[in-house]
Amino acid sequence: MARIVGMEISAACSEAVTLADADVIAAYPITPQTHIVEHLSEQVADGRLDAEYINVESEHSAMSCCIGAAAAGARTFTATAAQGLALMSEMLYIASGMRLPIVMALVTRTLSAPLSIWGDQSDIMSVRDCGWIVLFAENGQEVYDMTLQAFRIAEDERVIFPVMVCLDGFHLSHVIEPVEILDRAEIAPFLPPYKPKYRLDPHNVLTMGAFAMPEYFSEIKKRQDEELVSSYHVILEVWREWEERFGRHYEPLNPYRVDDAEVVVVIAGTFAGTARVAVDRLREKGIKAGLASLKLWRPFPRDDIKRLFARRRVLTVVDRALSVGGAGGPVANELRAAFYHEDGRPWVASFVAGLSGRDILAEDFVEMVERSLEYAKKGEFPPYEMYGVRE
Amino acid sequence: MDMEQSRQKRSFAPRALPHEEYFAPGHRGCQGCGPALAFRHILKALGPNTVVAEATGCGEIISSPYPQSSWRVPWIHTAFENTAATAAGIEVAYKVLMRKGRIPEERINVVAMAGDGGTGDIGLQALSGALERGHDFIYVCYDNEAYMNTGMQRSGLTPFGAFTTTSPAGKVSKGQSTWKKDVPAIAAAHHIPYVATACISYMSDLYRKILRAAEARGPAYLHVLAPCPTGWRYPSEKTIEIGRMAVRSGVFNLYEIVDGKKRLTVKVRERLPVSEYIKAQGRFRHLTDEDIAYIQRRVYEEYEALLAEAAQI
Ligand SMILES: Cc1ncc(C[n+]2csc(CCOP(=O)(O)OP(=O)(O)O)c2C)c(N)n1
Ligand code: SF4
Ligand SMILES: [Mg+2]
Repeated sequence: MARIVGMEISAACSEAVTLADADVIAAYPITPQTHIVEHLSEQVADGRLDAEYINVESEHSAMSCCIGAAAAGARTFTATAAQGLALMSEMLYIASGMRLPIVMALVTRTLSAPLSIWGDQSDIMSVRDCGWIVLFAENGQEVYDMTLQAFRIAEDERVIFPVMVCLDGFHLSHVIEPVEILDRAEIAPFLPPYKPKYRLDPHNVLTMGAFAMPEYFSEIKKRQDEELVSSYHVILEVWREWEERFGRHYEPLNPYRVDDAEVVVVIAGTFAGTARVAVDRLREKGIKAGLASLKLWRPFPRDDIKRLFARRRVLTVVDRALSVGGAGGPVANELRAAFYHEDGRPWVASFVAGLSGRDILAEDFVEMVERSLEYAKKGEFPPYEMYGVRE
Repeated sequence: MDMEQSRQKRSFAPRALPHEEYFAPGHRGCQGCGPALAFRHILKALGPNTVVAEATGCGEIISSPYPQSSWRVPWIHTAFENTAATAAGIEVAYKVLMRKGRIPEERINVVAMAGDGGTGDIGLQALSGALERGHDFIYVCYDNEAYMNTGMQRSGLTPFGAFTTTSPAGKVSKGQSTWKKDVPAIAAAHHIPYVATACISYMSDLYRKILRAAEARGPAYLHVLAPCPTGWRYPSEKTIEIGRMAVRSGVFNLYEIVDGKKRLTVKVRERLPVSEYIKAQGRFRHLTDEDIAYIQRRVYEEYEALLAEAAQI
């Protein structure tokens, strides 16, 4: 029976991996991911999880091990952050190009330099073309749920892509929250054991990872792209089933008070919770504000974006990452691009905030929304601005 | 004697070679490619219950142009520097899936294969990690002494004095300025059950070592000298001969280290002057007699040291 337990969110992530009965875990420690892998090591050491835990010597080898294990037919998990993600980035593209259903928790953290162990989303944004399905969790329950959903989505025969669950470093990973924990009987019909369609099997010989000459490469890439795009439908199907079974609702852009909103805050990750408070305050001030919490980043939820934001006046997009050198906030830019050809497209105010663990308070969201509305009044928007930075 | 008996006796009779080919003809290797011979015979020795993870390099490129493949055993290529880690993932996957009853219980040879660059340079970290963790797998380094796939650039295992495209001989350069990195010794430092060197020109020795590597429980490291006519600059029909000269001159020595005990498996009675080996290859063409004399001295010293070490144990 499901029960609510107060636990650190990193532990909730590990509990989900244990409940998923993962076969192979290969990971290398890095702050703020460490609690996840420590907890998993304990689960394996105590025999609660019958898995092989490989203490690899680097993140590059962590992903390589996961690739080998998934190719051999194992349900496979890893977790990392920032420098670890950067080090394994070569293998991220290979995991998705080879269509291996690996699940990874990315505890989002700043990429050096300067070295900073604190949280933001510059790591995930640096690999946004790597071909993985990317989910953003907002709270502990979502971390738990999405980790379980990730295995199911990844292994669906219509998908077979790796899935990354992003949880904000420290702001989520190190926080204790009540989380509803499921048991094996409840999860079994949702997540049966992994039965790979293709695997390295001496009784059924196949070659994996052949190289492609130019006459094949583009066709293979097109297919990968199309299938990643169409995994969207499976993700929604899985989310609907999750809601039916466990009562919690998921959608690509979780809306809050958007129905009549003129200005909508868009943000991925746990700061959406703070933004919700800001929306209420703005409403009290008579400003018709709303919020969209971005849960699905890849495949890019273009249609949801268009549907939800069509005919809004202003979007206040808050990126916890900076594309250094003039491009600004990655999420803001992709939203702008999605609307480029649309009539009645909203203004997009792009703020880069919350880098390296710096808090974004409710009053900051209020300020950013009010600034966005001022820009709209003038009809002039800066391409992006760094918010809350000392001059 | 059939292969099974041969396996059991750990001896080798050419007639007992299985007829089955697991590395198919028609691969894209150059004529006389030493590594291709290594793949073919390693797979013959191991048989069909084998899974191969291979690094980027000549071995991969000559054998897997999509949609074709030379591999009649399951084979995977992922990247250049991580083959030991990929193989480790495969090994643990089989272990846990058998334990959980998801796949039939059986012995599967998990083999990692990489070139000298993929092993001793960029792949050394992943190799060390996998050896140290004690995975039950066979790591084969096929050593053609340079990055051949990318056009014959030097590696840490390119021999002293050899010309490569990144260690060219010039007015102030004699080609490769460093001595060959001793990767088998690095492997042995992990105290794994089996380490051996081999050469495609000594096929019975290679077979026996493959079988021993397969028997070992835990990591086995096999370092196979595999001459490359294209990169070493000798006529393609001389591959076997060149390999023999490498061993007979003492430039490359054949030994095995079983549970820490080192033993020469091919003893050379009458040593060939190093100059004969060197002069047979274009990559050493620029060397002077003085250079060759230096190499001869060092090869001699190393061989004597090896003999002394092997005798002591
Ligand atoms: C990370 C990375 N760096 C560089 C390369 C380019 N590269 C591919 S194969 C290769 C050399 C392979 O040399 P070796 O391992 O000795 O194998 P060989 O080609 O000689 O058989 C290089 C440098 C690569 N594929 N990946
Ligand atoms: S370059 Fe050398 S190793 Fe590569 S295929 Fe040709 S002969 Fe074989
Ligand atoms: Mg080489």
